[in-house]
Amino acid sequence: MATATSTTLAPISDSRKLRNHVATFAMYACFVIAMIPLVWIIWTLVAKGAGLLGDPHWWTNSQRGITSRIQGGGAYHAIIGTLLMALVTALIAVPLGVGTAIYLVEYGRGRIARAVSFMVDVLTGVPSIVAALFIYALWIGTFGLHRVGFAVSLALVLLMIPVIVRSTEEMLRLVPRDLREAAFALGVPRWKTIMSIVLPTAFSGIVTGIMLGLARVMGETAPLLILGPYAKAINTNLFSGNMAALPTMINQDRVEALKPAVDRVWSAALTLILLVMVLSLLGRLVSRLGSVKTSR
Amino acid sequence: MAKRIDTSGLDVFYGDFKAVEDVSLTVEPRSVTAFIGPSGCGKSTLLRTFNRMHEVVPGGRVAGKVLLDDEDLYAEGVDPVAVRRTVGMVFQRPNPFPTMSIYDNVASGLRLNGVKGRTLLDETVEQSLRRANLWEEVKDRLNKAGSGLSGGQQQRLCIARAIAVEPQVLLMDEPCSALDPISTLAIEDLIFELKNRYTIVIVTHNMQQAARVSDRTAFFTIAGAGKPGRLIEIGDTAEMFSRPSERATEDYITGRFG
Amino acid sequence: MRGAGLAVVLLVALVGIFLTWKAVPSLLHNKAPFLTSRVWSPDTNPPRFGIAALLWTTVISSIVAMLLAVPVAVGVALFITQYAPKRLATPVAYVVDLLAAVPSIIFGLWGIAVLGPVLAAPNSGLRQGIENSLGWIPLFSSTGVSAGNVFLASIVLAIMILPIVTALSREVFLQVPRANIEAAQALGATKWETIRMAVLPFGRPGVISASMLGLGRALGETIAVTIILSTPNIGAPFDPSLWAGGETFASKIANAAGEFDTPQKTGAYISAGLVLFVVTFAVNAVARVVISRRKEV
Repeated sequence: MATATSTTLAPISDSRKLRNHVATFAMYACFVIAMIPLVWIIWTLVAKGAGLLGDPHWWTNSQRGITSRIQGGGAYHAIIGTLLMALVTALIAVPLGVGTAIYLVEYGRGRIARAVSFMVDVLTGVPSIVAALFIYALWIGTFGLHRVGFAVSLALVLLMIPVIVRSTEEMLRLVPRDLREAAFALGVPRWKTIMSIVLPTAFSGIVTGIMLGLARVMGETAPLLILGPYAKAINTNLFSGNMAALPTMINQDRVEALKPAVDRVWSAALTLILLVMVLSLLGRLVSRLGSVKTSR
Repeated sequence: MAKRIDTSGLDVFYGDFKAVEDVSLTVEPRSVTAFIGPSGCGKSTLLRTFNRMHEVVPGGRVAGKVLLDDEDLYAEGVDPVAVRRTVGMVFQRPNPFPTMSIYDNVASGLRLNGVKGRTLLDETVEQSLRRANLWEEVKDRLNKAGSGLSGGQQQRLCIARAIAVEPQVLLMDEPCSALDPISTLAIEDLIFELKNRYTIVIVTHNMQQAARVSDRTAFFTIAGAGKPGRLIEIGDTAEMFSRPSERATEDYITGRFG
Repeated sequence: MRGAGLAVVLLVALVGIFLTWKAVPSLLHNKAPFLTSRVWSPDTNPPRFGIAALLWTTVISSIVAMLLAVPVAVGVALFITQYAPKRLATPVAYVVDLLAAVPSIIFGLWGIAVLGPVLAAPNSGLRQGIENSLGWIPLFSSTGVSAGNVFLASIVLAIMILPIVTALSREVFLQVPRANIEAAQALGATKWETIRMAVLPFGRPGVISASMLGLGRALGETIAVTIILSTPNIGAPFDPSLWAGGETFASKIANAAGEFDTPQKTGAYISAGLVLFVVTFAVNAVARVVISRRKEV
């Protein structure tokens, strides 16, 4: 073959080749760099925190009566607190978020819809500490109420709404037009069409939004600092008394130097990340399954 | 400058799917060869093997040979990038770089090859635009975005961009299908002029266009869905349109199918 | 439905209104210039507080974080969209998204307990390299490294915003028209040249707004920064170096969270929160405008 020596198909210059190789290497390097923290963090948490998770007491007991020198104890009080606050948050945020998404997709035209959409974006960017301060100004500063779990939930609602709106919206937009039009053609009123056809089709998107939203709010710490003081004992009343949550359980002891307390910090962190990752993995799984169904 | 293309026993695949089977043909230098045939017959696919653009689709590969004069484009050690520098291409839809000016669009290929001198760039840009019959229309706005031109102008800009690097062969994949009749005429005139310098292969759906611009015509067809496209015949355009030697060609040209 | 939509608008408006309402009385009593003073004693009578130091640390830590994160994020987005084989691209994107799911308190914990010691070690090559080469700029000079320094906070913030910037950049790179890419390839561009000619110019506005969104997130990040940054002693001279500790708006508020006892004192912190709200609002709004303009084109 004459190719290697020919002039027409002469290989490109070495410097171009080199630049291309360097760029390729850089892209792979970026990917590796991005993976390092995730692996490192998970490794740290498992190495330092897995110990206590094997003990059934971790899942059933609180920290009541346990001091920094005592080994073990449980995280039940914090887990239940985190779940309760997240549940109440979802109960408020889901109807608002789904409603907003339906409005934007099914009814939203013109100025108001643009304003709503813009505000949802703004809400995405509101720092959690600002949301917490707002609820503080309202709940405590204005109504003179106490720092309780419900106030935390209210602040979390602000953070959860945009997640739900966006993920619901995405799914609603995938509902085929002709499905809607078929229903309209049959003389079904608009709200009935939405209830009976659009919502069930977009169901997986809504579920994904809820799960991703829950994952986000469960990991939030700032609203807890401002509005939800930590307690070592179990409290399931959102309207009275201090209530534990996993982030505040971590925060409480993070400056401790004694090993039993340090161990608990890492175990609580591992518990929290497990909770959050399971939720967000499930959420994405549901969205994957749902979108496969609609795309066919 | 212009070179000949020879294929022998060329099969083209997308993954396991054979899109084109056993094509052996010759494209003569300094002439226009048109590829015609019904949709899905593989004429565009075949065209894209001439500059190895076929490979950018995942799973795209060929078996057989494509020779540019005596060099095998698919020989081991041949860089597809080098092939594409030598064999230029114009696409179905005009695709100037949207963020570049008219000047930078034409100069982009030269800059890739390390041409830096301002005078040389200026000269080549002007010459290429002139050869693409676009100079008079754009000479006062060379620094404006290429995307501001009309569709026909954009296509001529893309032709100028392709010929600025002095390719051996110019491939045109239905270059007029997105254009209005007047712009089409302008491109056809241009093709007629360009064939004095370049080997041109044009894929077209439009048989009148093939008859107008090409010296030789290759007719492809497909036996059925899922079957590979095949070359039925290739020959002198005037002859093929008046006395096709194959029944299938005649049916297609006279509009009985396709 | 429309009610729900309007409720969202109302909610954002209420955030601004309430914060302003609660901040104004304290601001009126404030005897220090709010924007330019570095003093923070909101419980004296009269109160004196200013945000200059907070603003500096907030902005500098976030900008350094953005500068660290954006190149890597763009690289990862290009890797996913242009380099990785199809079968690998989806799981990789998925794993990067998982990073976004890590709660910020865990980033903080890991940052101070694991990454910090690596960076602050007296023989840390990275730090000494930076100090030796850039030490003449006050930002990089050190009079002693604080364990919880701003640079450490920036690295952790960079990791936290990486998935956001990656996800949005990935989205715009996927939208690059095939025709643009093929135009470059057909001219004989290498892969990298194709990216420079067709992919990056098309994606630039998207990458810019993605960076802004990441910046917005970094500006408002609370607990990770609170855990990492060591609070300067009261009365200590202000140190602008990246190797010093400091306080951001969010960490200042979080550190005082348990002590909101008088309306006047609370008002001072709410004023700081209001500034943070305005700044993040502005950054996000600009980012969104850039994105939506892109969509209309």
